[in-house]
Amino acid sequence: MAFDAHAIAKDFPILDRTIRDGKRLIYLDSGATSQKPNVVIDAESNFYRFSNSAVHRGAHQLAEEATDAYEGARSIVAKFLNAEVDEIIFTKGATESLNLVAYAMGNAAPGNRFHLKAGDSIVVTEMEHHANLIPWQQLAARTGATLKWFSVTDEGRLDLSQINTVIDERTKVVALTHQSNVLGTINPLEEITSRAHEVGAVVVLDACQSVPHMPTDVKALNIDFLAFSGHKAVGPTGIGIFWGRAELLAELPPFLTGGSMIENVTMTSATWAPAPRKFEAGVPNMAQAVGLGAALTYLTSIGMENIYRHETELTAYLLAGLADISDLRVVGPTTTDNRGGAVSFTLGDIHPHDLGQYLDSQGIAVRTGHHCAWPLTRKLGVPATTRASLYLYNTTEDLDALITGVQGAQKYFGR
Amino acid sequence: MQLDNLYQEVILDHYKNPQHKKLSASYDAQVHHVNPSCGDEITLNVTLDGNLVKDVSWDGVGCSISQASVSILTDLLIGKDLTQAQEIADSFMHLMQSKGTEKGDEEILEDAVALAGVSQYPARIKCALLGWMAFKDASVQALAKQG
Repeated sequence: MAFDAHAIAKDFPILDRTIRDGKRLIYLDSGATSQKPNVVIDAESNFYRFSNSAVHRGAHQLAEEATDAYEGARSIVAKFLNAEVDEIIFTKGATESLNLVAYAMGNAAPGNRFHLKAGDSIVVTEMEHHANLIPWQQLAARTGATLKWFSVTDEGRLDLSQINTVIDERTKVVALTHQSNVLGTINPLEEITSRAHEVGAVVVLDACQSVPHMPTDVKALNIDFLAFSGHKAVGPTGIGIFWGRAELLAELPPFLTGGSMIENVTMTSATWAPAPRKFEAGVPNMAQAVGLGAALTYLTSIGMENIYRHETELTAYLLAGLADISDLRVVGPTTTDNRGGAVSFTLGDIHPHDLGQYLDSQGIAVRTGHHCAWPLTRKLGVPATTRASLYLYNTTEDLDALITGVQGAQKYFGR
Repeated sequence: MQLDNLYQEVILDHYKNPQHKKLSASYDAQVHHVNPSCGDEITLNVTLDGNLVKDVSWDGVGCSISQASVSILTDLLIGKDLTQAQEIADSFMHLMQSKGTEKGDEEILEDAVALAGVSQYPARIKCALLGWMAFKDASVQALAKQG
């Protein structure tokens, strides 16, 4: 079946609404959060409507059904990532997933492979979202480990020329993004994972901007941990995934403690249930997990390869259109080579906030600012950028509207 | 177009020709404020002469709303006494929180009434207030220094 973005857009009820005096909504902010198809909205609300009950607890039919739905969602996620079911941990979002692994490492006692101390290093990159920078920055501060990073070139790529000194024998963790939420750059993981594993470090992948947009096989990626958010993958808010290789999850200490995550408890001590339970303290976001299951089933039915191809075609179309606008500078790669559909740019002297406001008046939703990657925008020497980020429901008509909108803003603010 | 309520000529004029946008060499207080949601930054100097706002100067980066707002502020507040300046600032903050229901008192706010449209755009109110919050902070510090 041919990929038909117009037909797909009909699955998303919000795309039917109008903006600012009747303008068609042109949603180009999926990098911040994606819109939701009816199947996801229904799955989430039907959980409340028909199955709501605390999972893994009650001795009643509802509890059984809720548990089945919740664990069913876990199986869907596992299959989606080519992972084992017990390697899938539900969190409330990617930010929690990344904090989970960072705090869990901070809890590791001497002798545990994740124990960090002065002299060890944690490696990140200059293009990280704050969610994959600050947890490591703070872990380094708490443990005395050193934070090191790969810098970003003028072309918006990682500078790997010093890889053997950035990642060295003292490196314990390498945490990086799969695809930059600002630049759109898809990072070359192979070189980084081989070097990291050569020195015995683990690789944590922030896959927020990749899992929703391309096929993901955690085994083939040769990584150790992965995080992504449901809401960027047409799923609900309040649900995210933390994946880790089984043998590593067995050794990783817990982060949040409490109900559900225990094996045995006395007044003075406790032991932990095996993963995934060890990392899921408390009653989880069940309806949202079920909604995420529906989201990934929906994406699978369309095909991640097809989605990736569609977005690559749109990105090429957009980059070509933007290249013709005077004073417009794309921040990040200007070809679709190892590049996804997050396209950030500056427009002469027009501040992104003003451009974004003008585009909004035309019904076009974009993101402006530093996109939670302040060190990156500082490095690029721009106070802020405007970002259009694409997804499966976007069409070339949306991009034509953006290009016309940008030109309109130049006229409007040039008056 | 509804957008014209936001981007009035006065605002674009101040944006293109910002007033007192050059930090004075001396000052009683200097503050640096940022808007962490968008990265806008301002450094603002205040010099008092007793109770008189003798000088306000600034430098910074930001959108037309934030830049025009602080530019208008300098025109408005330099030469006023602190009590008046505070009244003007309070009046401006009240206007920003009015959700488009008020036009602002031109007798008090002069050019700043051009920013009334900002109050209809919740995401932009912080932009308009950046310089005003910086002034408030700096004037308190400058006053404290006088003892």
